Amino acid sequence: MTASDGVVSDGVVSARLGPVEQIPVGEGRAFLVGDEPVAVFRPRSGGLYALRAICPHRGGPLADGLVDAEVVMCPLHNHQFRLASGECVSGGGVADVDAYTATEEDGELVVSLRSPSG
Amino acid sequence: MTALEEPTHRTATDRDTRAELVVVGNGMSGARALEEILARGGDEMFAITVFGDEPYGNYNRILLSEVLANAAGQVVDNDDVDGDDEDELFLNPRAWYDDNGITLHAGVRVVRIDRHAKVVYGDDGSVTPYDTLVLATGSRSFFPPMDGMWASDTELTPGVFGFRSLDDATGMLRHVAGDAAMRSSTREDGKRSAVVIGGGLLGLEAAAGLQAHGLAVHVVHPTEVLMNQQLEAQASAVLRSKLEDMGMHMHLGVKTSEILLGDDGAVSGVRFTDGSTLGCDTVVVTAGIRPNIGLAVVSGLETQRAIVVDDRMRSVDDDDIFVVGECAQHRGEVYGVVGPLWEQAAVLADVVTGADPGAEYHGSRLATKLKVAGVDVAQMGVKSPERESDEFVQFSETGRGVYQTVVIRDGTLIGATLVGDISKAAALTQAFDSRSALPEERIRLLFDLGSADDGTSAADLPDDTQICNCNGVSKGDLVACVEGGAESVSACMAATRAGKGCGSCKGLVTEVVEAALGGEGAADPADSYYVPAIPMDKPTLMAEIRSRGLTSVSAVFEALAPDGKDHVGSKMGLTALLRMMWPDDVVDERDGRFINDRVHGNIQRDGTFSVVPRMSGGVTTPAQLRRIADVAEKHDIPMVKLTGGQRIDLLGVPKEKLQEVWADLDMPSGWAYGKSFRTVKTCVGTDFCRFGLGDSTQLGIDLEERYKGIEGPAKMKLGVSGCPRNCAESMVKDVGLVAIEGPRWQIYVGGAAGATVRQGEVLATVDSHDEALRLVGRFLQYYREHANWLERTYDFVPRMGLEYLKAVVVDDAEGLADGLDARMQEAVDAYADPWATDQRERTPGQFHDALPIIPLPQVPVRSSSGSPA
Repeated sequence: MTASDGVVSDGVVSARLGPVEQIPVGEGRAFLVGDEPVAVFRPRSGGLYALRAICPHRGGPLADGLVDAEVVMCPLHNHQFRLASGECVSGGGVADVDAYTATEEDGELVVSLRSPSG
Repeated sequence: MTALEEPTHRTATDRDTRAELVVVGNGMSGARALEEILARGGDEMFAITVFGDEPYGNYNRILLSEVLANAAGQVVDNDDVDGDDEDELFLNPRAWYDDNGITLHAGVRVVRIDRHAKVVYGDDGSVTPYDTLVLATGSRSFFPPMDGMWASDTELTPGVFGFRSLDDATGMLRHVAGDAAMRSSTREDGKRSAVVIGGGLLGLEAAAGLQAHGLAVHVVHPTEVLMNQQLEAQASAVLRSKLEDMGMHMHLGVKTSEILLGDDGAVSGVRFTDGSTLGCDTVVVTAGIRPNIGLAVVSGLETQRAIVVDDRMRSVDDDDIFVVGECAQHRGEVYGVVGPLWEQAAVLADVVTGADPGAEYHGSRLATKLKVAGVDVAQMGVKSPERESDEFVQFSETGRGVYQTVVIRDGTLIGATLVGDISKAAALTQAFDSRSALPEERIRLLFDLGSADDGTSAADLPDDTQICNCNGVSKGDLVACVEGGAESVSACMAATRAGKGCGSCKGLVTEVVEAALGGEGAADPADSYYVPAIPMDKPTLMAEIRSRGLTSVSAVFEALAPDGKDHVGSKMGLTALLRMMWPDDVVDERDGRFINDRVHGNIQRDGTFSVVPRMSGGVTTPAQLRRIADVAEKHDIPMVKLTGGQRIDLLGVPKEKLQEVWADLDMPSGWAYGKSFRTVKTCVGTDFCRFGLGDSTQLGIDLEERYKGIEGPAKMKLGVSGCPRNCAESMVKDVGLVAIEGPRWQIYVGGAAGATVRQGEVLATVDSHDEALRLVGRFLQYYREHANWLERTYDFVPRMGLEYLKAVVVDDAEGLADGLDARMQEAVDAYADPWATDQRERTPGQFHDALPIIPLPQVPVRSSSGSPA
C-alpha cells in the first residue's frame, strides 16, 4: 500500500501514488489518498478506476475483489459495484460506493477524490 | 408479391433458375416446415408457393382454446367477440409471405397431384408445377355418424361445432354471445347449456372454455376414462373428480345417438344410446381427428391411417413428395400434438434443402403438459407399466386431487403421469428426454425427501415465510419480484439475492418463483451453463477449450464469451476448470482467482485470513503443536481453534503477515480456503481402538498425502472410519470410507452434513488399502471432470445416478478408468505447496493490505477461557 497525504487543489484532494505497475493487470490495490482509503482497479479491458476501498455492505475490502470490464465483486458477500460510477448492481438494498478519478500521468498513478463524472 | 423491385429479391429471370417448391397446407406444420426450410437458405434454392384452404395466414392452433377461454370476460360488454386478439393467433402475417418472396394462395384447395407431370391442380382452376412438394394437409374433426348432426351435406346443424379451426372457435363464440343476447331478453335467469361429445384433451379444453362463458357444460365420453389417450383409469378418475368439483357434468361410458333439434332447426338437446335425453343449445364435437388424406389417396400415394412416410419424411411412393404433421404416418404412428411436428419439420427441411441429406426422423417421445379447467396435467411416455419387469411408482392423494405415477424400465424413465401437482414435470421431462440415470429411491422423482420444505407445496407457504435464510428473502419478496416483471428464477435470484448465500435454498426458491409464474417459468437455458458468461454446458465448454488449446481465463473469454468480454462471476469457475484440464500448462492469471486462492487463506469478515496447516488424517505431534503455539504467540493470533476437519485454525491473520506465519509454521498448506480437496477426518482405527477393523488413520493419512490440494468444482471433504461405528462420520462426507470385517473398505460417495444433509451411498466395497486409494482418486477425477461449477458431490451423485457412477468408476463400463487414473496422477504430480511457492511474491502487492486505516484484526481476541478478552 502506498499512502499519500495528497495535494488539495480546487478543494479536491489528489495524490500521485507511484508507478501504475503496482497494480497487476486485472486486479485492484488499495491506497490512501489523504485520509481516504481508495481501491484502484486496472481491468484487462483497459483504463483505471477508483472506488472507496470499503464495501458499504459489511466493510469488505473491495481491492481484494474480482474485477471485469464493468464491475468489482466484493470478496465477502459478492456484492457488485460499477467501476465507473460506484453504483451497486447486485441488489439487496446495498448503498452505492463513492467513485473517484484515477488517471495515469507519465506512467504514474494519480487519484483525485473527485467523482469521475464531475 | 410486392417485393420484385427490391434488389434483395429476384427478378423473374433468375427465379427460373430456382427449383419450384410447393407446400400444400398452411397450418402449423406447413408453416413450420417453411420456416425450417427458409432457415436453411431455402429461398436461395426454391421459388416457393403455398396453398392453404383456410382463408387466413397460418395460425397457432394450440391457442384456439385460449381464444375461447380468453374471450370469456369480454362477452358481456363486447359484442365483437372475435375482435382484437386474433392478431396474436397468427403465426405469420401475410406480409411475412411477401417479405420472404413466397407466393401464398390462401383459400385455394389443391384437389389433385399429377405426379408424372409434377403439377398440382387447385380448385380455382390453377395448375402449379413443382419440383419438390410438401404435403401438410393436417387433419380435421371427426364427426361420428348420428342423426341431427348435419343440416346439409356440408353444413352442421346450427349450434353444432367442431373444435379445430379458427372458424370453429369464432363461430362458437358468436353462437354463445348471440345466444346470451337472445336469452337475456327472453329469460332472466336463462342458463345456457352445452354438450361436449368426446372427453379427450381437446374436448376438455373446449368444455373449460365454454364453462368460462357461463354455460353449464356436460361432457359425454364413450369410456369411463377421460383423456384415455394420455391417462390411465386412476389418473383419469382424479381428474374427473376435480372437474366435477368445478361444476362440470360428466357422462361417462355413454354414447350420443342423436342430436335433437328444436322447431327453429337448431340444437335443442342430445339423446344417449340408453334413450335418455339432455337439453342443450350448443354441441361441440371433439370425438377425435382424422388426417386429411383425400388428396394423397386420389393422387395414388400409399395411405393407411395417414400418408405413409419413410425416415426422411418422404412418401414411400415418391421421393419428391414430402409429408409433415398430422397427415403423416411414420413407423405406424400418427402424431396429433405439436412437439413431433417440430421434429419432423426439421428433418424434412434438412433433406429438402440438402443441409443434411442424411437426416432421419426416428419418431417422437411424447410429453404433454396442459391445464384442463384449472387442473394441471402432465403426461409423457407410457401411461402404465407394460411388462412385468417395469417398475411402477404410484402416488395418490385424492382429497387434494393429486395423482402421480412414474414407469421405469431398465433404469430409464419411460413414462410419467402427473395430475393436480405438476411441480416435478420439468425434472421428469428432462429425465424422460435425456434418458438420464434416476435416483436409487424412485420416489425422489416425485418428492424432495428430507428437504426443508418437506410435504409443503411452495404455493401454500405464507408470504412471510423466509425462503433464503442467508439473505433474509421471504416468499413475499420473491412473489413481488415476479409481479414486478421478473420472468425467470435467475432474474428473481439476481434481484433479491435469494439463493446467493449458501445455496441450499435454491430448490425452494425455484419452486416459489415457478409457482408465482403460474408454473410457466421458462426453463432458463443459462441454468445449464458452466459459468454464466459462456453459453455452454461443461462438456461443450471443455471440448471447445481443448480443441482451441485455450490455457488461460482471458483467452477463454476472448474466444468463447459472446461479446468477448470477461465476467466477474465466471472467472473462478474458469480458473478451476483450466487448472483441472491443464495441470502443467495452465497460464496462471492471478486476477482469475478469488482472493482466497491468490493468498492461500480463507478471508474473514474483517479482511483478515485464516491459516490452517495440513495435518494429514488429523494426526499431529508434540513438536508440531509446540511450533503452532509459538507462532500463535509470536504473531498475536486472535483465535486458535480446532476445526471440524481435525486440524488447527489460526484465525485473524492480516494479509501482509501471511508469508511470515507460513514460514514460521514450516508446515504445508491445508487448503482450508479452496474449492479443493480439503481434509480427511479419521478415527484411531486398529492401532488403538479395540473395535477397529481397518487402519483408518493410515488410510486417511495416505489419502490426504496423495490428493492434498487437488482442485475441483467445489470443496471435497473426506472421512475414514475404522469400523461401522463410523466415528469419522464417513457417511456424510463427499467421500467416506468405512472398514468392515475382512478387512474390507466400503466407499461412500455423495454424503453431506452442511447446508444440506445427505447420507452417502456405497459406490464400492474393496479389499485393499491400495484399491481404496485408487478408486477414491478415480471417483474424484470423474467428479472433477463432470460436476458443474460449485456442484457438491451430494448433488452430483444423485444427478449422475449411483448405478451409472458404479458402472463408469468401478466396473469401467465405458473404458474411462485408465484415463481417469492417469489424469489424476498428472494432477498429483503437478501439485506444489502454495505456501512454499508463494514465499516469493507472485504479483506486485500480492500481500498488501486492502483495508488501509482500519486496524486489523477487527475480530475479537479470545482468551483460552473462550470469552472475548
